[in-house]
Amino acid sequence: MSKKQLFIVIIGCGRLGSFLANRLSRDGQSVVILDIDKSKFENLSAEFSGFRIEGDAIESAVLKQAKIDKADALIAATREDNINLMIAQIAKRIYKVPKVMARIFDLKREEIFRQLGIETICPTSIAGDVFLRSIRNMISLPENENLQ
Amino acid sequence: MNIIVVGRGKFVYFLARTFLSKGYKVTIINNEKTECRWLARMLKATVVHGEGSSLQILEEAGAETADAILAVTPNDQDNLVICQLADMYFHMTKTMALVNDPDNEEVFSKLGISEAFSTTRILSSLIEQRTGFENIINLIPISEGKVNVTEVTLEKNSPSIGQALKDIGLPESSLIASLMRRDHLIVPSGSTILEEGDKLITITTPENIGKVISILMGEENS
Repeated sequence: MSKKQLFIVIIGCGRLGSFLANRLSRDGQSVVILDIDKSKFENLSAEFSGFRIEGDAIESAVLKQAKIDKADALIAATREDNINLMIAQIAKRIYKVPKVMARIFDLKREEIFRQLGIETICPTSIAGDVFLRSIRNMISLPENENLQ
Repeated sequence: MNIIVVGRGKFVYFLARTFLSKGYKVTIINNEKTECRWLARMLKATVVHGEGSSLQILEEAGAETADAILAVTPNDQDNLVICQLADMYFHMTKTMALVNDPDNEEVFSKLGISEAFSTTRILSSLIEQRTGFENIINLIPISEGKVNVTEVTLEKNSPSIGQALKDIGLPESSLIASLMRRDHLIVPSGSTILEEGDKLITITTPENIGKVISILMGEENS
């Protein structure tokens, strides 16, 4: 049985957006990527076979052009927290997109907007967790050695 | 009244000046240092330098005790988040946002911002009102355009003149809310008789507006 092809809208074609677009497109998903700056599409690789839209995602008309109403998933990955938050809410609450994710840099804002049911990903807290775990491992290692 | 205004430029300056002249306490949040200095020198307002969508800055600006916040930055996304933070984190009941893209007015209201206004839309509808057919003026659209509020002025040859409201056969879900007659406000009842020059405020659904206008003013006007 063949899996259903997903239609994914990605906002922002920076490092994260283009990485996701290249991978998802290679995996066979249908991808639309949107950026206000046309030169950012240079981040896309030859693997990318989806659509590019140049425009400001904060403009309602641009989101409609990206067919947000048909999307199975939306990822808001611009470098501005507030843009990501606004688009994620539009996708979730107005267009009822089943899966909506937003990158948020500010930890405090992330907490608040998670309450609104938006899946938020905070690079600071992810990197912070990894570093902390690594440091804690370093502290606990000598203890383990003592035990043996 | 204690108001926080977030934004830049002359607009914020004049807005703050107007509020101050009414005796309100005003705090301005502005993200440009030189402008902050200028505002602080020109106005008797508290000026906080920083991003209005940062919780820390909102707290510094006294969001916990403020009565209202007005987000008028040039970026719709910032205005939205400022109002949402003020509402969710500081429980401010009065949040108002400027919407630059007129289409976002509807978006903001669906996302729970009670007061979102688009200067583009206000200006363009003002211009339409001034240049359009003067006896029929579309006032504010309510509930995303599901309700029409229209001002109708009865002319000499309007067919409804001399008749009682209950007899002119207004369709269902339409209402004459008020009537201005020689600068006096009348709240009409079914027995009110219409006169030439009456200014009626009608409330209808968009489907019925044409019918209501033709009943009041005659076929050629609808």
